[in-house]
Amino acid sequence: MSLQVDGLTVYYQTLQGDVRALENATFSMADGEIMGLAGESGCGKSTLSNSLILLAPPMKHVCGRVLLDGNELPIGRVEAMNRYRFKEISVVPQYAMNAMNPTRKIGKMIEELLRARGIEIRKILPELKRRLDLVELKHNVLKMYPIELSGGMKQRMVMVLSTLLDPSLLLADEITSALDVSTQKAVAGMLVGFRDQGIVKSVIVITHDMSILYQIADSILIMYAGQLAEKADTETIIHTPRHPYTKMLITSLPKVGVKHDERRLAGIPGKPPLLLDPPEGCRFRERCPHAHERCLQVPPFVEIAPGHHVACWKVGDKDA
Amino acid sequence: MARRDRGGKKRRNEFLYFALRNNKLKIGASIVLLFLLVAAFGSFLTDRDPEAFGGPMSSPPSAEYWFGTTFFGQDVFAQFIAGLRATFLVGALGGGLATVLGMLIGFVAGYRGGAVDESLNVLTNIVLVIPTFALLLIISAYLQVRGLIMESIFIGLTAWPWAARAIRAQTLSLRSREFVDMARISGMRPLRIIFTEIAPNMMSYLVMTFILQFGGAILIAATLDFIGLGPTEGFSLGIMMQYAVLWGALPLGLWWWFVPPGAAIAAIVGALYFMNVGLDEVFNPKLRET
Amino acid sequence: MLSLDRVSKTYRVGTFGGKLLPAVSDVTLGIPDGEVVSLIGESGSGKSTIGKMILRLISITDGTITFDGTDVGALKNRALRDYYRSVQGVFQDPFSSYNPIFKADRVFDVVRDHFYRGLRDRDWEQKVDDALESVGLNPDHVLNKYPHQLSGGQLQRFLIARALLLDLRFLVADEIISMLDASTRIDVLNLLADLKERGLSVLFITHDLSLGYYISEKAAILYRGCVVEYGKTEKIYTRPIHPYTKMLMESVPRLDKKWEDVEIELRAQQDDLSSGCVYYARCTRKEKGADCRTVRPGLIEVEPDHQVACGCIAGEERT
Repeated sequence: MSLQVDGLTVYYQTLQGDVRALENATFSMADGEIMGLAGESGCGKSTLSNSLILLAPPMKHVCGRVLLDGNELPIGRVEAMNRYRFKEISVVPQYAMNAMNPTRKIGKMIEELLRARGIEIRKILPELKRRLDLVELKHNVLKMYPIELSGGMKQRMVMVLSTLLDPSLLLADEITSALDVSTQKAVAGMLVGFRDQGIVKSVIVITHDMSILYQIADSILIMYAGQLAEKADTETIIHTPRHPYTKMLITSLPKVGVKHDERRLAGIPGKPPLLLDPPEGCRFRERCPHAHERCLQVPPFVEIAPGHHVACWKVGDKDA
Repeated sequence: MARRDRGGKKRRNEFLYFALRNNKLKIGASIVLLFLLVAAFGSFLTDRDPEAFGGPMSSPPSAEYWFGTTFFGQDVFAQFIAGLRATFLVGALGGGLATVLGMLIGFVAGYRGGAVDESLNVLTNIVLVIPTFALLLIISAYLQVRGLIMESIFIGLTAWPWAARAIRAQTLSLRSREFVDMARISGMRPLRIIFTEIAPNMMSYLVMTFILQFGGAILIAATLDFIGLGPTEGFSLGIMMQYAVLWGALPLGLWWWFVPPGAAIAAIVGALYFMNVGLDEVFNPKLRET
Repeated sequence: MLSLDRVSKTYRVGTFGGKLLPAVSDVTLGIPDGEVVSLIGESGSGKSTIGKMILRLISITDGTITFDGTDVGALKNRALRDYYRSVQGVFQDPFSSYNPIFKADRVFDVVRDHFYRGLRDRDWEQKVDDALESVGLNPDHVLNKYPHQLSGGQLQRFLIARALLLDLRFLVADEIISMLDASTRIDVLNLLADLKERGLSVLFITHDLSLGYYISEKAAILYRGCVVEYGKTEKIYTRPIHPYTKMLMESVPRLDKKWEDVEIELRAQQDDLSSGCVYYARCTRKEKGADCRTVRPGLIEVEPDHQVACGCIAGEERT
């Protein structure tokens, strides 16, 4: 599977005007890649992932294309995306584990979901059971109500459900946030397992937790205020980032082994801009210690090294 | 040092904005307002005594008697105005009392929790289950003369459980919010917390509860009046209907005697509930149509 | 100095309160002046319950909490209010900590109403400005605003400023940065560390181990209401002994090591046995022999042509 996103721009329509949540996103993913999509709140990562699967009002598709395996996806048209949703692209939404209908047994819920997609549960039941084994859930979980499952079990259930039809691309939105540390590890491991076993081809892991990405992602895409900042393989992003925002972000993260008395970490002063009327050019410019007048123009997302893209004039210039 | 206030206005304006655009609210409120105005200024429309005899008996609506006359020659329109007033009074008093009692019990039960909550729940359930008609029959056997106030009090004392339940549920949920904990570690006393932290956050809920109680009280009063358990003197819309049926308006075809009061009750109560649905949309952003 | 002595909290659940649910069992901890103690645990460990008991938001079922020698559980009315002068709390969700219908500064006004009635307006405003500046906020930017107009980081710092308006000596910080963005977390964390230098004690409740390491002197690991391991932070992190602590250290996602590397390290620690059974650490037997740790068993015959190097099993098989 290959994913190509080209100049994707999505705004939110509100009473006060358009919120420019995603501006000109261009990147690609290879087959079998687990890409982390990281950034702080309001950076646009949820917008990007939602655009790929359900671009519904108040979101507005302004421009840009998405190509999955060379075919352009009709992301702007909700109805047209129906045939891709769940089958080619699937999502584990945020808080999904808490969104299961509490009055339905899990098996019944799955049956209804599949029937809505024109699939008879009887045909897929053996495969479903095999998946449950894979995530170490007992088969009798199908006869239980969601309230009888623990957080980790619910999350695994949701993951099985979202990947039942072997989608090429899986969007995993904050799947580890609400879990305990030990369950997080298990769930993250399962995600990698799904990829390794070919159940899904590629995964986009959306999270704000960089340490999880360090553990399971092959590459990381950093976003800031609706713009793409940097994309590279995990080691590079964590150890040798080039974009000023990425650098400051990584150094602001506490690590085991670093004590306050020994080395005081610093945060990034200021706050992200409001996207209703965002600043011109690079949106990190107001908090960036290296900003200069060129930054009033949006820096292009250029490849400064194989597989390493950065959107920053300072970095781009040096290697031009 | 400029410290300008822009946040508060925006929020109040937001509610006003949606309130003015909500059709259900507008329609419902207009209907209720219309009847209210008629009840308030009715004396300007007619100066006839509702109880006075003298008009032509059982005559249909005419230019002189807008709603016609009763079997006894009383002016139906005058009775209607008096009845409207009584109806609104019962609604306000009875509904108001029920809301106040419901607030009292609901807040205390929701805030305190534990044993207090349990015992108040038992009380609420008991009052809920008491057969009000049976109770009323007993009371009416003792009180030969009953007025509108008594009826309102009775309704208030028996209708509060619904309000109490709803308010308790909301209080329970608000109480677990962290700002209540913050108030507690500031040394704020429970009563003050209830009235300054919790109640204002439920304002929309309280308003809607009152509207429901208001409508409910009117309906209960009409029902009681109709079967003769209402006030022993005076007029209300329910009493009008009771007399109409008692004195054969149905077989005699004196529709103008019972249709206006019945339609008025239906219209007012219906409009109140309709308003409430609209208010729910105004207060709850998730229900609004964008 | 705040200390907990065999503190327990048991809830009554079920119809008519028939069943007992122990949320906290027999916890003994001490937080000296000017120190930060991390209380680390996952959900359901009872860490928030302990914080709330210290703040008298929940009643104490058993045991005593003492602050400078005074029994916290017995305080009433005026004494309780005086307690709140010295002991305050900040909670997890900055947006839920403010009453949404009022402006953010109202939290200051509430403090003024209850603790500083007699103070003149000018003196009060000066006090507020000082408190805001000591948490790194500019009074002109944050006063007279509604909570939704401020960011999560600003709101949390605002609450710390509120606590500083009093004569704060002890702060219960219950997951105060878990809902903040990564780049603002460190600012609040640094603020706590700075306040610690000025003599403040903090009970830092968290589930995130890397945060605990950054600012605390001591750490207590909590599991299902009990303290399973307690001591100096470095010792707990580098040589965890309790199986639960070890599991935590293995599972927490870190930025410097991959999971597999941490596991190998921890295993290597316990394999530092020059004597005793080599499988001792991973042995799942319920009852291990007294010698298993110190005496390496040789191969023992249990039946003809069958030998096993396990003292316990060999003994069983034979009898």
